[in-house]
Amino acid sequence: MLHIKCPYCGMRSQNEFAYGGDASVKRPELNKEISDSEWDNFVYLRKSLRGKHLEFWHHISGCRQWFKVQRDTATHEIFKTLKPNEDI
Amino acid sequence: MQQNFRLNNIGLINRDKKISFKFNGKSYFGYEGDTLASALIANGVHLVGRSFKYHRPRGFFGAGIDESYAIVQLYRNNETDPNVRATEQELFEGLEAKSVNCWPSINFDIGAINNFLNKFIPAGFYYKTFMWPKSFWYKIYEPFIRKAAGFGVASIKHDKERYEHKYEYCDLLITGSGPSGLASAYAAAKNGARVILAEDKPRFGGSLLTSEVTIGNQSGIEWANSIITKLKQMPNVTVKNRAQVFGYYDHNMLVMSERINDHLPKSKKYSPKQRLWYIRAKEVVISSGSIERPLVFGNNDTPGVVLSSAAKEYLKVYGVLVGRNPLIFTNNDSAYETAIEFKKNGIWPIVLDTRSNPDSEIIDEAKRMGINIKFSYVVIAAKGYKKVKSAEIAKISEDKKELGQIENIKCDCICVSGFWTPTIHLASQSGNKTKFNKEIDAFIPSQSKQEETTVGSANGVFTLEETLKTSFAVGHELSKKITNNDNRLPVPQVVEKKSTHHDKFWCVPLPKGKKYKRFLDFQNDVAVTDIELALREGYRSIEHVKRYTTLGMATDQGKTSNLNGLQLVSSIENKIVPEIGHTTFRPPYTPVTIGAIVGREVGKHSKPTRKSPMHLWHEKNNAVFVDAGVWLRPRYYKQGNETLFEASKREAAHVRKNVGVCDVTTLGKIDIKGPDAAELLNRVYTNAWMKLPVGKARYGVMLREDGIVMDDGTTTRISENHYHMTTTTAQAANVLSHLEYYLQVVWPELKVNVVSTTEQWAGAAIAGPKSRNVLQKLFPDTNVSNEGLPFMGYVEASLFGIYARIFRISFSGELAYEVNVESDNGNFMWEKIMEIGKEFEIQPYGTEALSTLRIEMGHVAGSELDGRTIPYDNSLEGLVSKKKDFIGKRSLNRDAFVAKDRQKVVGVVPLDKKTNIPEGSHLVQDANAKLPNPKLGHISASCWSVEFNNPFSLAILHDGKNMIGKKLFALSPLKNKSIPVEIVSSHYVDPKGERVRS
Repeated sequence: MLHIKCPYCGMRSQNEFAYGGDASVKRPELNKEISDSEWDNFVYLRKSLRGKHLEFWHHISGCRQWFKVQRDTATHEIFKTLKPNEDI
Repeated sequence: MQQNFRLNNIGLINRDKKISFKFNGKSYFGYEGDTLASALIANGVHLVGRSFKYHRPRGFFGAGIDESYAIVQLYRNNETDPNVRATEQELFEGLEAKSVNCWPSINFDIGAINNFLNKFIPAGFYYKTFMWPKSFWYKIYEPFIRKAAGFGVASIKHDKERYEHKYEYCDLLITGSGPSGLASAYAAAKNGARVILAEDKPRFGGSLLTSEVTIGNQSGIEWANSIITKLKQMPNVTVKNRAQVFGYYDHNMLVMSERINDHLPKSKKYSPKQRLWYIRAKEVVISSGSIERPLVFGNNDTPGVVLSSAAKEYLKVYGVLVGRNPLIFTNNDSAYETAIEFKKNGIWPIVLDTRSNPDSEIIDEAKRMGINIKFSYVVIAAKGYKKVKSAEIAKISEDKKELGQIENIKCDCICVSGFWTPTIHLASQSGNKTKFNKEIDAFIPSQSKQEETTVGSANGVFTLEETLKTSFAVGHELSKKITNNDNRLPVPQVVEKKSTHHDKFWCVPLPKGKKYKRFLDFQNDVAVTDIELALREGYRSIEHVKRYTTLGMATDQGKTSNLNGLQLVSSIENKIVPEIGHTTFRPPYTPVTIGAIVGREVGKHSKPTRKSPMHLWHEKNNAVFVDAGVWLRPRYYKQGNETLFEASKREAAHVRKNVGVCDVTTLGKIDIKGPDAAELLNRVYTNAWMKLPVGKARYGVMLREDGIVMDDGTTTRISENHYHMTTTTAQAANVLSHLEYYLQVVWPELKVNVVSTTEQWAGAAIAGPKSRNVLQKLFPDTNVSNEGLPFMGYVEASLFGIYARIFRISFSGELAYEVNVESDNGNFMWEKIMEIGKEFEIQPYGTEALSTLRIEMGHVAGSELDGRTIPYDNSLEGLVSKKKDFIGKRSLNRDAFVAKDRQKVVGVVPLDKKTNIPEGSHLVQDANAKLPNPKLGHISASCWSVEFNNPFSLAILHDGKNMIGKKLFALSPLKNKSIPVEIVSSHYVDPKGERVRS
């Protein structure tokens, strides 16, 4: 069970959190013309990385905040956790 | 009864307390402090089981968790447990155990014929034999394998025992209370660290319980006891016996199973049988010790062949002799401790040492005591079937290839010692890349991936002096890192006699003309010839050899067999062991009871149960409940001998012609506040929200980014910047997470707050032509006329002084209202509705009638919004705004989503107007077409239309728009039904929606 540092609450066990997917994906702006392939990239296409991965987690059984986690997908090592508006 | 193998003056058992027990139906006695194994040996019982494949007789091999033979079925307090190691099970009054894997009895086992057929059951036998003909698998092979396989029977009764889970945090977790564990625990605890020390046996001390050493001015066991006593008194230390740390998981999370009551006839009151600990440790010290390695020779699985360390443990801890005429076979010094212990207790052992001229203090001592030692000697084979009766021995040449003249020697047990294998399982599980240590011919931990340190013999350190020195240092260093204290303890002086020298010899060659089976894995019956065969057949990777031969795959997970298997592969392949590598260690290290893993989450505790505030009223009024997600909802209210079908028809018909009331508390509710609330709704829902006036509700559909419908519901504008959203019962939690995601991550600039209020409001839906009459009487001061409170209107009102919200919304398709009050007032509201509604013959209705009402109205719900449909499929395309953007909009122009023949919701009526169509049935053109019959659609929901008094279903149908009026077949192979049907509009009742506006 991972031990994750919520940027708002501190270290908590994984069973308080829900995984929320790739955090490097940025939703296209509303009302903006975008190509099919751009939309496809956003909705469907994800890299299945081995190694450092920036991802969202949601502290559902805690403060209910979404935040970013940089984690090694092979070793589960967590390098950093960030608020959603922060960048690595 | 006389215990022929028990000594009177040695051991740690309590001879004042006799304990009676039964094994295979026969009564015996032992003493408090015995294990089942030690008590049986004391009584001269050496045959306890049969082996897995050849059904060869099985005795005892070890004295602890490494036991691969003595696995029994245990009976305790009217319950039974399989896969219990007799060497671990402590004796309690009334214990009953039986042998497993033998039929009809332990002494006469039919399966033992496999032993004589063993030429026909080679490695990979199952793979080779049971492959063909295919049809034989179910009828012949599988039942045979099932009967032949397994180490006992699981109980099919409900387990009445309690199993607890516990979460714990500590600075240092120390796994094992041998010299290394005690030293590091004591050093760390004295330095202020919070320490948990776990010992899997009942007694603390590990090897100190049986070794002849001096620490400071105390004997090893005295020192161990004094340290444990001190640790127990320290407030920063938790000491647990009968506690096995079996798994090392990510981020230093370890799991330990504590057997709290397994050693008692029945569990103490208010005390769980076992407790599973989830321990998050800052640092882990692995002090799990080492397991003696067997030597491989002919018939080395015969009962009476035991590990030398086990023989010593039976003697020193339990006062039990594994034999009165022991032969000791060793390649190192540690077996001499066993020999000396035998001699001290009046037994004359014979020692066969593979080494030609070893030199150490302990050998000198053995020689002085007059023990018969034969150097450069090996055991070729054990003789005897159900118990060792003699041994064939011979001199062996210096290069260990040539055997001398075979001699026969009388003995009743053979104690073997092939040096020590460090227990690296936990380190390996933590991600530690282990390395091969040539000095000790075994793997030891090397580079840590997590915060763990291995000490003592688990780290390949086999002298006590070095073990204590490093363990004290490790305990001090690790605790200093955490506590910043620097209280260093002196390391006590040690006197130890044995050397760590050993002979790199482990497998006795077969003499010419002899075909003895030499076993590597005793539990799965893997012999040297099986490995040789696997390699001849081309298996190279140790992982493949393992799976093909089942080496190390039994419940003991190869604790005693792995290294000898590796040695064999390496010698045949002419590679060094590290090139071959070991197979992966995975948790659990020892078998764990399923009950302990599940804990309290059984039966009704397997998930939370939510009840509405009106639950008691429903119970009192004969409600039959149904699980709706985590909620319990009334399915129907039973009158007399009504069936579900009859009751739901009655309730639904009553709503259509009169008035009914339904508990809708379970609907998800989200409170939305802030100046940008309308903007959020406008982005989340497919329809327009910017112009919704205060005091009005609107129906909305929300999509996922891929265009699939996520949820639907109504949202009401309570005041300028305040909205009340409802979701379906099932999606409530997901919708909240969804909104939070967009607010926190995607559009943080929106000034909106959302919070779940599902449990804050109790809700009642009053539906039917007479619902306004009821409402008017409930709220005499509020104008609830069609003008005062029109369809999709909202007012706040006082229900006999209580704040209430009234929404004129309808799921049933009738004139209807939903009244919400704070949850605490829910029951009051409900009783008032029933009291006042009496005059209008109001009846409660459950979820079954609710479904009927929505299905015949063609209102889509969870069975249509199934995560595969878009708005068009649900005839909700009218709610999709063309003007504004919203979540998922860009996906709706995908080719498949705009296809002319896109699937759509339709109504389905059986031609005979009688046959109910099972949900899930497939709609097909031709009922008799060749399989696979092309599927045009599926029945998503079925009901009995109370309006038309015939069955009616909804379906999602390919090209549904153009199928109205077509005749198809509904096929349900599961229910063996083929029903001719007609496709009609999904809006079966009141297609113009006049009733809700009346």
